[in-house]
Amino acid sequence: MQLAVWTYEGPPHVGAMRVATAMKDVHYVLHAPQGDTYADLLFTMIERRDARPPVTYTTFQARDLGADTADIFKRAARDAYDRFQPKAMFVGASCTAELIQDDPGGLAKALALPVPVVPLELPSYTRKENWGAAETFYQLIRALADRNAEKLSQKTDRPSCNLLGPTALGFRHRDDVKEISNLLFHLGVEINVIAPMNAKAADIARIPAADFNVVLYPEIADTAARWLEREFKQPFTKTVPIGVGATRDFIKEVSDLAGIDAPDIEDAGNMGWWSRSIDSTYLTGKRVFIFGDATHAVAAARVASEELAFEVVGLGCYNREFARDLRAAAKRYDVEPLITDDYLVVEDAIAKAQPELVLGTQMERHIAKRLGIPCAVISAPVHVHDFPARYAPQMGFEGANVLFDTWVHPLVMGLEEHLLHMFRDDFEFNDEAGASHLGGHGAASKEPPTVEADPETGPEADNVIRWEPAAEKELKKIPFFVRGKARRNTENYAAERQIQLISVDTLYDAKAHYGR
Amino acid sequence: MTAPLDISPASCTQRPILRERGQREVFCGLTGIVWLHRKMQDAFFLIVGSRTCAHLMQSAAGVMIFAEPRFATAIIEERDLAGMADANEELDKTVKRLLARRPDIKLLFLVGSCPSEVIKLDLSRAAARLSKAYAPKVRILNYSGSGIETTFTQGEDACLASMVPELPAEASPEPSLLVVGALADVVEDQFKRLFEQLGIDRVRFFPSGSADDLPAVGPNTRFLLAQPFLGDTARLLEGRGAKRLPALFPLGVEGTAGFFKAAADAWNIDADKFDSVIEMPRARAEKALERYRDALAGKSIFFFPDSQLEVPLARFLSREIGMTLTEVGTPYLHMEHLDRELTLMPDGVRLSEGQDVDKQLDRCRAERPDISVCGLGLANPLEAEGLTTKWAIELVFTPIQGFEQAGDLAELFARPMNRRMRLAV
Ligand code: SF4
Ligand code: SF4
Repeated sequence: MQLAVWTYEGPPHVGAMRVATAMKDVHYVLHAPQGDTYADLLFTMIERRDARPPVTYTTFQARDLGADTADIFKRAARDAYDRFQPKAMFVGASCTAELIQDDPGGLAKALALPVPVVPLELPSYTRKENWGAAETFYQLIRALADRNAEKLSQKTDRPSCNLLGPTALGFRHRDDVKEISNLLFHLGVEINVIAPMNAKAADIARIPAADFNVVLYPEIADTAARWLEREFKQPFTKTVPIGVGATRDFIKEVSDLAGIDAPDIEDAGNMGWWSRSIDSTYLTGKRVFIFGDATHAVAAARVASEELAFEVVGLGCYNREFARDLRAAAKRYDVEPLITDDYLVVEDAIAKAQPELVLGTQMERHIAKRLGIPCAVISAPVHVHDFPARYAPQMGFEGANVLFDTWVHPLVMGLEEHLLHMFRDDFEFNDEAGASHLGGHGAASKEPPTVEADPETGPEADNVIRWEPAAEKELKKIPFFVRGKARRNTENYAAERQIQLISVDTLYDAKAHYGR
Repeated sequence: MTAPLDISPASCTQRPILRERGQREVFCGLTGIVWLHRKMQDAFFLIVGSRTCAHLMQSAAGVMIFAEPRFATAIIEERDLAGMADANEELDKTVKRLLARRPDIKLLFLVGSCPSEVIKLDLSRAAARLSKAYAPKVRILNYSGSGIETTFTQGEDACLASMVPELPAEASPEPSLLVVGALADVVEDQFKRLFEQLGIDRVRFFPSGSADDLPAVGPNTRFLLAQPFLGDTARLLEGRGAKRLPALFPLGVEGTAGFFKAAADAWNIDADKFDSVIEMPRARAEKALERYRDALAGKSIFFFPDSQLEVPLARFLSREIGMTLTEVGTPYLHMEHLDRELTLMPDGVRLSEGQDVDKQLDRCRAERPDISVCGLGLANPLEAEGLTTKWAIELVFTPIQGFEQAGDLAELFARPMNRRMRLAV
């Protein structure tokens, strides 16, 4: 058993729902009890979709168990077909139905519906949402991809690709698709099919007609892309175009796959210049902690390090399936990779690292808020305000502009940072008030909570380093956004020299030792 | 899932009821934890369930709860199912970890879910075993919030029912009054004051804010249900000798007056006294309602089943605000407890119990009510079709009971209409 307060991913059938809901003419019949219908609100409330997800839940009850749950499933599947007339159907079980083993796939087959039925086996007790989405997408393509797809597509003489991976409830998927579609158009690459977002079952059949695949979200499309590579000799892109550098690499990769000359990209958006301009000097070496799905976390680390000159002090992901990529990246930045889906472990790691900025999911936003650290969201899971009304991609050159704005916005601005240093006792212009451009809304100064004593071991009374009141007071004069770092450096400095009581001198000795 | 339309007469009201058994679109009883964990400040709710249950809780609660919540899920994993790990041992370990982390917990609920029930994990035995280990510091109880047994607010019923055997026996021979059902603190305080003014001073609320201070119960206890979904709790209280005072539910002026009148009558408080006590708050409430009548009177309303509050809400909206009821759907009609409510329902309203959501949506679309009360999964899709909606869940999370809240309750329905009128986009 795993003790969970919050979870980064839902169960795998929610992943399947993300695929079904993204599409135009499929329906998903899910053998599940009534409470599982909560999943609808993810789409209608968080993403603000204007239609119900195309999902029928059987909502069997205790009194049905052992009697006629299979029958309930069959009736639900037939009724759903009659009512919604989908062009393809998914059938499957949620965690509870998995235990009663009614075999939705077999039952649906017996109904002999006149459309393809894709049975989904999504083991709820071992797998999670992203895996469920990937498996569903893969099974769908396996079932529907047409060996004679060439005939279904209007061939032009331009190279063509599919855009794979965008789903419902994805973090900025809507805008990423638009941004990358534009980019491909400018490169002269035709888009054959975008899937699953806005695709019809008939579009899935046409997927093999493209020359190659663009995998926007490996978490969702990697399994399918690998299969397409094996079956249809379609190579696929490995670069995820988040950030200026990655977008340039992506253009290069696409050009190679398409057999065209990579164009010179002059107008690469504002991000590069904004970052080189002297106003951004103050961003240098800002300590940033990054956590999210592996793809977004790894991409964010590159942007943070190469395009903003931040220092990556923590890097982690919640999806073990892609842990290898994350470990490799962590090595590049010389940090310990954090691979966990335990929110409390992430909270501890952030509190220990004392970063000046957190890039994370909505969970890290809450952690950061509690610790008084500025934060920007870079990855699912996300909340309703991470679905902005405006165009705000993460990918491509416009995406890079968006990253610059959203990551820099929560920080205290350059000159203001100096002023805080100089006039630290101004009664209204001080760090308790938070960054001035954020009103009362930004992260205000807060001491990190004293780390709770581990109840198993008790406080280690002997090795505790203590602060003299005067040193503690001096520390408070350091602005909040560097105070954590100063505290940590001083304590490390003291620990290395076996100093048990930190004085004002220790504080400044440490400052001289480490530099700003 | 087509079941034949089953229109059967309701025994007490002779009113036809549409009973449906198709897809339901209602939360399971786990969701009750969202408000119960705020109400009972030293209690913790440990769901023994799946990732789905954990995900439901976080989606329903919204991750906007900044403090670490007083609930969590022990997620059953493959190894627990395959028997590689003894599920009971695993549970004990999880509880140990939790209680070490949260030494402030005095009452721990092990909350059963569909998976724990289907694999027949016996949480009552687990609770007994763990209670022994952690007594007297922590009391450990269990109930089921599973979706195969409970809908939405029934979770509160199951939770309170699990506490009834724990309530101390009433020692005093004096009659006492117990108000049953979680209420907002502000409502509790108002009720307390009114009971006091009536001269009923031995009043307790259940659930109470603290596990150390459970109300006593015995044959001299009279209880009032503040919520219409407490069937099991009421039955168990009666099993302890307490007597239910049949009453209206305290929604709106009429409901609140009826609620207090039931207590006043049981305490033989004379009518003049009663009138003088409620005169002021009643007048205030009526004045507050006046403001919304213009916007709402004559407008039609459709209830999708959700919280079981639908019947008393419909009674209030039709009799005090003048709205027209089309369909009043509820997950479960407790005939006995709703007896008085049902007799006040106007003719011509379609009562439905259970759900077949697609058919119900068909009826709603055909009727095009001025406002539809529905769950979060249905609201935006209906809005997109041009129908005004009210989220049912807000009616559970907002203080709406009592005289002082009558205006707020009406406002909850007026706001979506008002918004639609103002918007020009
Ligand atoms: S319906 Fe059952 S499985 Fe689903 S969330 Fe509720 S208790 Fe868990
Ligand atoms: S800062 Fe604004 S956007 Fe961010 S969590 Fe707070 S309210 Fe939401």
